[in-house]
This record gives sequence, structure tokens and C-alpha cells, in this order.
Amino acid sequence: MQFGIFSVSDITRDPVSGETPSEAERIDAIVQIAQKADEVGLDVFAIGEHHNPPFFSSAPTTLLATIAATTKRLIMSTATTLITTNDPVRLAEEYAMLQHLAKGRVDLMLGRGNTAPVYPWFGQDIRESLPLALENYNLLHRLWREDVVDTADGSFRTPLQGFTSVPRPLDDVPPFVWHGSIRTPEIAEQAAFYGDGFFANNIFWPKEHFMQLIRFYRQRFEHYGHGTKKQAIVGLGGQAYIARRSQDAKSEFRPYFNEAPVYGHGPSMEDFMEMTPLSVGSPQEVIDKTLTFREHFGDYQRQLFLVDHAGLPLKTVLNQLDLLGEEVVPVLRQEIAARQDPETPEAPTHASLVRAKYGSEAPRQPRPNANRGDNVTSGSPYTDTGETAA
Amino acid sequence: MKESFRLAVVSAGTSDPSSTRLLADRIADRVVTLAAQDGHPVTVSVVELRELAADVSQALVSQLITPRLRAAITTLADADAVVVSTPVYKAGPSGLFKSFVDVLDNDLLIAKPVLLAATAGTARHALVADDQLRPLFAYLRAMTVPTSLFAAPEDWADPALNQRIDRAGRELVLLMESGFARAVRDESWDSYQHELGTAAGRYPDDDDDDEPAIQLNTDLMRLAAGGSTRPDQG
Repeated sequence: MQFGIFSVSDITRDPVSGETPSEAERIDAIVQIAQKADEVGLDVFAIGEHHNPPFFSSAPTTLLATIAATTKRLIMSTATTLITTNDPVRLAEEYAMLQHLAKGRVDLMLGRGNTAPVYPWFGQDIRESLPLALENYNLLHRLWREDVVDTADGSFRTPLQGFTSVPRPLDDVPPFVWHGSIRTPEIAEQAAFYGDGFFANNIFWPKEHFMQLIRFYRQRFEHYGHGTKKQAIVGLGGQAYIARRSQDAKSEFRPYFNEAPVYGHGPSMEDFMEMTPLSVGSPQEVIDKTLTFREHFGDYQRQLFLVDHAGLPLKTVLNQLDLLGEEVVPVLRQEIAARQDPETPEAPTHASLVRAKYGSEAPRQPRPNANRGDNVTSGSPYTDTGETAA
Repeated sequence: MKESFRLAVVSAGTSDPSSTRLLADRIADRVVTLAAQDGHPVTVSVVELRELAADVSQALVSQLITPRLRAAITTLADADAVVVSTPVYKAGPSGLFKSFVDVLDNDLLIAKPVLLAATAGTARHALVADDQLRPLFAYLRAMTVPTSLFAAPEDWADPALNQRIDRAGRELVLLMESGFARAVRDESWDSYQHELGTAAGRYPDDDDDDEPAIQLNTDLMRLAAGGSTRPDQG
């Protein structure tokens, strides 16, 4: 079981101090937050992608490369990467590059994005969001697995002829992909078809929606022969605010909750805690609530917490990570290991995917042939596959 | 004894008791009596929107459906027919009433018989039920009864209101008895657009081995499974 944090990358006024951090301060802060996550023994750091204020994360691979360079075992991920407005060719290139630089400590989570004005900024249309997402991922999947890609069909992107996405994935093993969705069965179907992971953000909605979608994903994962329902790869979000004493957690977090983007100025914190996965309380309360998730969704592989949003200052977030890493996650690891079905697999990592593909053989290391000026002439652009160009 | 029916009554009146609720109750009583004459017992469940005002506004801004609001939605999902009754404010149905309808899933009332009723402080609002409520429920693809009901102050002393209640109630009972809503649900439910997890299309909850209640035979599902949306492609 992996534990980590995910950030929306919002730059929000701190309702207690009244200060709004600058973009520079918030970007510095997120690097420190990720480094702290590594230091306290968390497994995953995931960053969102947005192209409008008040968010900063428009270029996630740049941020993640910096974090990868300054951490040791943390896995870089996204929450989410926009599979609609990004060109799948650029995604294939950028995340393969990141994967090399991070020595395989990379996976990504794909989402559609629900902000209509963003689509035309990238030449797209939100009304086509779902077919666009499905088609783009079908292409991304190929770009990482085939040295040379020709596409005859495709409604959205210029067809590719003789295209090679470089660099090839590290060890010729593509980054693991999670698909995030709130209530779209087609996304769950695509995750199941490819044997990819499925992630439910699990924050804003009553859990029944996610339960239905995860149940469907597990059924279809088994249908496509990737393993049993219990072996499907599921990730969940959640959000927590922790203090040693339960009352302190509630009084410290309440002003942030009340003005939080999306749910602020709405339900009371107590109602929201009762109806959603939010836990605000002592380490033990957060542990107890998190342990209920597997009862609803089945045993799962990855738990991400939202800890840095709604204007919470850096110092508070770092303190949260100390409590999360030292008092919450170690207990959760033990308790879940003791409770979970022995059939439950671990979340795939680069190492486990390399083992699965090559066993004890050495991984493929593609070496290009001499420059031919194009990829179209003939044959493979790599020395180890097929005939070389004349 | 013949089949029994469930009638849901939605009232957006704000005082207690309100004339809006009073009108709704008179309609409901009439429906119960008329159905009983045909041998059908009717159970009436009332949704008082006044009590759900905070829940409805929370749902509007945060997508969070409270247990109380969920119970109201389930009452509508389980009903064989619905009576809606709203006061007219500013020449339209009350904002609370419209907000409640705004948070309902689009497929909640498909083909269900719905009786439209409105109250107002002046007869000048008499067409609000037909001009504004009827298109709203047409959007939801509900089966509104031909006679809508409207009561301004002078109507409460006019026996003609009772005659109209009788007529509209009869229309509602006949539609319930026809089994139209159930037939649509049984025979062509999949031909309407549905989102996952709506109260109307509730997923079989406990049996893990059920076939998924999700349409697999669609262009988008084929695209999700690595195929193409183009008819000439695999």
C-alpha cells in the first residue's frame, strides 16, 4: 500500500492571516512540501495541472523533475494530467523524459478537466471531452509501446506517419497510468481494458458514486483478463487535518474549511466530515476514518491525502506532514497489512514492471541508428530491432 | 384489493400552514379518494421544501446531497405519481422550488405522472403553472397532467376550484392506473440519457456478481476499449 499527498496547486488567501502568497512563494513552498513528504517516509507526491489563475501548476513535468532531483524514494505523479487539452505526443515525450531523469520514480494520473474555457485555449472543445480523452489515451498508450507509430484513423489529431516518440520509456517500460474519474463509466472501462489503475478522488461526493464506478472497474478488469477483481489497481483520495488533540484540529482547520474553494460557504465542517472522507481530528481519528475506506471500496493500492489547499500556510502543511508521516501512516501500514486480503497486489512501480516484463533478463536499452533525417524512410530507428535503414 | 400506489407531494410553501401546502393536501386527498373508488389504496408522502431549504442550497453550491435531501429524492424516485405545489414569487415559481428541481437528476421523473399546482396573491399569475412549470417538467420528461391548478385568494371561496381539483386528480389517477411510467421504464429505459449513479437508475447494490447496469454497447465504450468511433474502423 502506497501513501502520499496530492496538491491541486491552488494559490488561496490564508483566511487567518489575510495574506495571499505570491506565485513565487507558493511554487517554492510546493517543492519544500514534496521534499518533506519524502523525508517523512511518504511514497507519492502528485501535482495537479491547471492553466488559469489562481493555480500555478501549468508545467507539471518541470516541477516534478526538480523534486525528483532533490528526493530519494518519493514517486512523482500527477493529479491529474489533462488527457484532453494536451497533445498525447507531447505527453508521451515529456513523461518519458521525466521518467528517465527520475530513474523510474514516475507514474501519472489522467483526467479530463471540467473547465470549459480551457479547452479552446488549446484548440479543443469541452463538448468532445470524452471521445477526445479516450482517443488521446489510445494513442498515448501506443506511443510508449511502439517504436514507430502510424495512425490512419483518429478524429481529433493529425494522423502520424512514421513517428517515434523520444526518448523511449526508461528500460522500454512505460510509466504506470491511473485514470481518474468521478462518474464516467467509459473512463473506468478504458482503465480496465488496458489493465491500468483507477483513481477516485473521493473528496467532494458522497461515496456511493465512487463505489459504483470502482465496482464496475473491478468487474471489467477481470473481464479483460488482467486478474481477479481483487487484483485490480485502485487509488483513492481523501483529505485530512491532523492535530494531537481533536479539538485543536477542528478549531485550527475550521477557518480554512469555511472559506475553502469549492465547498466553503456551504455545509458545516461537521456535516461535511460525516458525509465525505474528510477527517479533521487526532491521529487516531484520521487512522480510524481512513481504515473505513477499504470497507467501502475493497482493498486498494494507493491513498493520497490533500493537505496543502485552501490557503493553509507552509509551516502548517509541513507540520501536517510530520504528523502524517510519523503518527498516521506507520499505523495505517500495519493495520492495513493485518486486515487486507492476501490476494491484494501492491501498486505497480517501475521496478515491479521491469521485473514483470524481463524477469531476470537485462532490460532493453534502445540505441538509435545514425540520423536519417526522418523516421519515414524504412525500418526501425533503433539498432536492436529489425533491419536498419539502407 | 387492487395494486396500491405511492403518491409524492412536493410543497414549496413557506408558512406553516401555507396555502401552497393546503392546495397540495386538497389535491392529495382527492387523488386518494378517486383511486380508492377504483379499488387502489394510495400512500401519500409529503416533501416540505421549507425544511430542506439549507440542504438544497448546500447541494447547489457544493454538490453535497445530505441524507435528508437524499430521502426526499428517494421519495420521488419511488413514487408512482407526483403532485408539485409552489407559491408564485416575482411572476415565477419560488426560487426554493426551482433550486430543488435543479439538484434532481435529469432521469428521476421520466414518464412519471405529475400534477402541477401554484398559488399566488393575485390572479394575474394564473398562467405560471402552464407557462413555467410545464416546460420545466417537460425538460425532465415527466408526464404532466393536462389540467394544472392555480389558486389566487378569490379561488379559495369558489367551488370551481374543487371542480378543477377533481378533474386534475382524475387525470392523475388515470395515468397512474395506466402503468405508463412503469412500461416506459421496463421497455425503453436505456433509450434515455442517464448519468452513472442517479437515484432513478439505482445500481444493484449488494450482489457483486451482477452484470454491470452500464451500457457497454456504445461507440464511446468501444473507443474506451481501444477501438474507433468511426463506423468503418475496428
